[in-house]
Amino acid sequence: MMGPGDVVRFSFRSLTGFRTRTALMVIAMAIGVGAVVVLTALGEGARRYVVNEFSSLGSNLIIVFPGRTETGGNVPGMLVGRSPRDLTLEDAVAVLRSRHVTRIAPLNIGSAYLSRGRLNREAPVLGTTHEFRDIRRLEMDRGNFLPPADPTKAQSICIIGQTLAKELFPNEEPIGQWLRIGDRRFRVIGILGAKGRSLGFDTDELAIIPVASAQQLFNQPSLFRILAETRHRESLDTARDEIRRIIKDRHEGDEDVTVVTQDAVLATFDRILRTLTLAVGGIAAISLAVAGILTMNVMLVAVSQRTAEIGLLKAIGASRRQIRSLFFTEAALLSACGALVGLLLGAVGILIIRQLYPAFPAAAPAWAVGAAVLTAALTGVGFSVMPARRAARLDPVIALAKR
Amino acid sequence: MISLAGIDRSFQVGDQTVDALADVNLDIGAGEYLSIMGPSGSGKSTLLNIVGLLDRPTGGVYKLDNRDVTRLTDEEQARVRREKIGFVFQAFHLVPRLTALENVSVPMMLSGIAISERRQRAAKSLEDYGLGDRMDHRPSQLSGGQRQRVAMARATIMHPPVLLADEPTGNLDRASGREVVGLLERLNASGVTLIVVTHDPELGRRARRQLHMVDGRINADNVLQK
Ligand SMILES: Nc1ncnc2c1ncn2[C@@H]1O[C@H](COP(=O)(O)OP(=O)(O)OP(=O)(O)O)[C@@H](O)[C@H]1O
Ligand SMILES: [Mg+2]
Repeated sequence: MMGPGDVVRFSFRSLTGFRTRTALMVIAMAIGVGAVVVLTALGEGARRYVVNEFSSLGSNLIIVFPGRTETGGNVPGMLVGRSPRDLTLEDAVAVLRSRHVTRIAPLNIGSAYLSRGRLNREAPVLGTTHEFRDIRRLEMDRGNFLPPADPTKAQSICIIGQTLAKELFPNEEPIGQWLRIGDRRFRVIGILGAKGRSLGFDTDELAIIPVASAQQLFNQPSLFRILAETRHRESLDTARDEIRRIIKDRHEGDEDVTVVTQDAVLATFDRILRTLTLAVGGIAAISLAVAGILTMNVMLVAVSQRTAEIGLLKAIGASRRQIRSLFFTEAALLSACGALVGLLLGAVGILIIRQLYPAFPAAAPAWAVGAAVLTAALTGVGFSVMPARRAARLDPVIALAKR
Repeated sequence: MISLAGIDRSFQVGDQTVDALADVNLDIGAGEYLSIMGPSGSGKSTLLNIVGLLDRPTGGVYKLDNRDVTRLTDEEQARVRREKIGFVFQAFHLVPRLTALENVSVPMMLSGIAISERRQRAAKSLEDYGLGDRMDHRPSQLSGGQRQRVAMARATIMHPPVLLADEPTGNLDRASGREVVGLLERLNASGVTLIVVTHDPELGRRARRQLHMVDGRINADNVLQK
């Protein structure tokens, strides 16, 4: 009987013998596979990006914000005539009463005009305390961060990002200088390190002032967030429940704040982005299906063109089994080629994305790569082997007569 | 060695049944030289195809070397075609993308003969057919006569005891035709059973046994006495 070497050699000669067809099929499959790889890499990249952003925040984090967003608790509509209570600085300090919480940072945020002489620009302004720097793992370029102080005391000091420093103080050292934020004057005491984008804030364009100053500046007594850090990861859930109880007690028994752990937020994002990847993968799968249909058509034409060849092979002594194995091998080689080129194409695509957006960790998940290759293999092999089997079953004369 | 008894072959065309062969009885001994002639549509090709196991009769029994070959499995039939029968077609039927050498090698590949032996045997055979300098040419780069000689090299490479030729000179000019016939007859002289279907009376008369067919039946079977 024919050895595997013969089968592969003969099939390979068929592929090189029909160059246009082979090239067409390889391209079709490669595009399908490549699309799946690149698109799922985008989805997966988005997921990783968010996960990275969160983990750069520190992982033992609990976030408190006003209003109740979780379902299943008190329905806000039931609290007739009462608007949701403010989340106050006192609440923030009270959170420290939990044994598991090591430090907290109250957060207030707004947008204001920053001006220095004739230079001015709008920028996000963050009100917080000394502890924020450690919780957010912020690097300083030079100068100092907010000093430890009573959070309820307003102070006229600020820390600014690199871009702000360059734009507002083009020719002088900003530290020690006065800067107008809104209608108040603040002395610059520090410059943030270049960190770039982090969870929605470009720290290079951020100004940070004491939380009490921000409350006055924006005339907003309620906090935007309270960040609380626990000593251990294990105590996160206990700490969350304690914080919830502490604030509930302070709010006369109303559970009108949301307390979530960083992990919970992360898990939600993770879930959303996984779904996104899946959806994008689905779209890519359509292109793979189109490639499959193209493959099918080309193969059907090819096999009917080659029915005469099949008849001839039978006439000179090939059995059905031999013809099947020849065509199977040919299709397998073709699919493998298509899948390989597709993977290469995908890899190049991912490389280009990474070049363009270095911060974006694009990477195709293994399941998507596996599914794409498998689909390419199944369509290629399925669509060529089926008609070849049918042709192999014909009597040689009938097959030979086909043109 | 070839024995046909009550062979029928009918084709269903629409709701009409065409009897291409009707009750054909024929015995052919080893080493015979047979020509089959007759008007177009008389069933010559159909008969040859059945003898060559390219087609199946709708009725009757075909024995090759005392073995009923119409009831064989696909695998066994393939083996018989490979080892016992060589077929030469009017239209050559070479694989266009393969070289002459590769075309001749295909039957050996199907039999699982090692590649080195294949090359050697195919090259030797092509040289015997005067194509030593055309081995790496594809069919489209060869003349009709050269193609038919490649086809003959392929048909004989497994040394089959039976050689069937359906109008082997039909697509050739006189000179090439004569050459091919000479080669066929030389094979017959070495003991191969040769059956040639032809329209050419001159070629037909060269055979020692001459069949004449009309309407799917054999109506004359003349054996020349020497
Ligand atoms: N596949 C087929 N389907 C239907 N009818 C067929 C088929 N093959 C052959 N026939 C019919 O069978 C009859 C015999 O055909 P065959 O090819 O054997 O004739 P032939 O003697 O070889 O003719 P020619 O000399 O023209 O080659 C013809 O009437 C033909 O129409
Ligand atoms: Mg004919």
